[in-house]
Amino acid sequence: MKAWPSIGQIRWGWFLAAAAVLLLWPVFADTHTPTVLLIWALFALSLGLMWGYAGLLSFGHSAYFGLGAYTYAIAVINIGESTVPLLLAVLVPAVVAAVIGAMMFYGRISDVYMGVITLVVTLILFKFMSATAGDQYAIGDARLGGFNGIPGFPILNVPGMPEISLFGVPMYYIAAVSLLGCYLISRWILARSFGRVLVGIRENEARCELLGYSVPAYKTAIFTISAAMAGLAGCLFANWTEIVTPGVFSLRSAAEVIVWTIVGGVGTLIGPVLGAMALGMVKLLLGEQTVIDNSLLLGLILVVVVLAIPRGVVPALQGWWRGRARIRVQRAGHGRVRQRATTVRSGESATGWRRDAPGGSGASAEAPGTGGRLPAQRAVRP
Amino acid sequence: MDYAAVVVLQILYMIAFLALISAGLAIVFGMMRVINLAHGEFVMLGGYTTLACDRAGIDIWFAMLVIAPLVVGLVGLIIERLVIRFLYGRMIDTMLATWGLSLLLIGLVTLIFGSSAVSVAAPLPGYQLGEFQMGGYNLFIILVTLVLYVAMWVVLRHTRLGLVARGAMQNAEIASALGYNPRTVYMVTFTIGAALSGLAGGVLAPLTGLLPASGGAYIGQAFIAVITGGAGAVIAGTLASTGLFGVVSQLVSFAYSPVIGEIAMLALAIILLRLMPQGISGRFFRNSQ
Repeated sequence: MKAWPSIGQIRWGWFLAAAAVLLLWPVFADTHTPTVLLIWALFALSLGLMWGYAGLLSFGHSAYFGLGAYTYAIAVINIGESTVPLLLAVLVPAVVAAVIGAMMFYGRISDVYMGVITLVVTLILFKFMSATAGDQYAIGDARLGGFNGIPGFPILNVPGMPEISLFGVPMYYIAAVSLLGCYLISRWILARSFGRVLVGIRENEARCELLGYSVPAYKTAIFTISAAMAGLAGCLFANWTEIVTPGVFSLRSAAEVIVWTIVGGVGTLIGPVLGAMALGMVKLLLGEQTVIDNSLLLGLILVVVVLAIPRGVVPALQGWWRGRARIRVQRAGHGRVRQRATTVRSGESATGWRRDAPGGSGASAEAPGTGGRLPAQRAVRP
Repeated sequence: MDYAAVVVLQILYMIAFLALISAGLAIVFGMMRVINLAHGEFVMLGGYTTLACDRAGIDIWFAMLVIAPLVVGLVGLIIERLVIRFLYGRMIDTMLATWGLSLLLIGLVTLIFGSSAVSVAAPLPGYQLGEFQMGGYNLFIILVTLVLYVAMWVVLRHTRLGLVARGAMQNAEIASALGYNPRTVYMVTFTIGAALSGLAGGVLAPLTGLLPASGGAYIGQAFIAVITGGAGAVIAGTLASTGLFGVVSQLVSFAYSPVIGEIAMLALAIILLRLMPQGISGRFFRNSQ
């Protein structure tokens, strides 16, 4: 593997195989549905990077997805050519996230309180965008359009040539390359010392602080990066649907991406991608029939996964696979090999992250001596 | 002068509305540190219970004040037994599971009642205040909220049940050594929280109308009111935050528009949490209930 640049735990064989399948897909099959699945996968990847590795759960990640979509639509109507709007659609959510993130993390706001603030930001955007019907709400030539949103804006074009629009198969390739690129960027980030510190913060925030790392700065940085990816996904989504409505900011949209990520597997990168694709497909199929209500099934999946496989499907499968491998090693019966396997195992559990004890709240969320199953102790004074 | 009276009444109504929809969530969060994201759907279920009883010819007062809390309390009990009890101490997982429950309940209600909006007739006539026509039912909401919060305070502060509940929350092991099973206390607390949400939904149904998705409107407001209030003192914290939010949102609504009022309230919540990460009660009401 020396021939390839080292970017951490990536399995180049699997990655190239997946890339080949994605790139050859249009030769064999229709690309309309796969395009949106790739876009949703990118959105889930952005949340999975932040939640799974830095331990930061944003309850309103759809805010940045929606901001990307709205920014693109507004900018492209005013500019006409799509290169600058595309860049703005990444930049604006990143800047907004940097401001909100700095406000939260330098204020030492974590877990539940971070959940409230991120959710409230989404709610504000939803309320505001829904109320912008009428001519007075316009940015340049773009009317915000209230609940009906912004329809009929120019879609992506070849850079510098506004007359050549990219839709259909080219749009699919843009989505595929964006997803693969963001996956590589995420892997690269996690392989740098920056990524290592993030995982350290997830595991023990106080210890990282005492080692001299500025925890708020790291958290703000990963929040910004994640929001930029979500913004890119939102921009692509706007190009796919060719209309932007306040629905991108809705509670359901915020819930969906969390469900995709957690079902796929928090703490992996491929988990959220696969989760988004599989559940996105289920959502599209359910949308075509009316027997089973869509939210009924989404809710049921979320409850069952949290109760039965709280780490998600992909880590559960990985654990099962490694468990089998370990049994094979132990059956071989060599003392040295067994010892090595045990070492690997203890190494795993040292970094294996339990979602029930995230960063700063871990200490307070578990009552000592009660097996961590009881609510926090707190001072109740009469 | 009449206009000032109208504004004051509207502010009082808004505070009562917020306090009413937050009560169940505040009990469950303050006592158990469980964030119940299906809270809005509990409120919605209370409304639909009232609607179903009204259609079946049952007296509407009895339906909203007795049947709605009972039915939703029962739903809460079932959910606690089936889901919540496995997740105590895992705050984020509880939030995710209850979010799933909320979607599930929306889906179920849509299947049963359909997805279109329905309404329940207000059982009280309006009255004339100067040149303004006022809804008499709003006054009833304010009254119900007052009675509810006084009752909550009395139960928590002056009854054996309240004492056991507070004791179990303060130190589960000692309560358990004294013979009170904390898990039973949690179960009862969650059921009572659900019943309060059902009461809120039942009482508010004639004012707000009903949609399967209408829980989403409550959860946002109740969530920020309760978290901003903080877990240190359930009643004082929630009343302080709902009072503040009610005044700000209504004043801004009268000055500009209801949407701006709501946005002002949400923005205020962000600022308050930034300044007081432990909530209002974590800062000011450490020694009260």
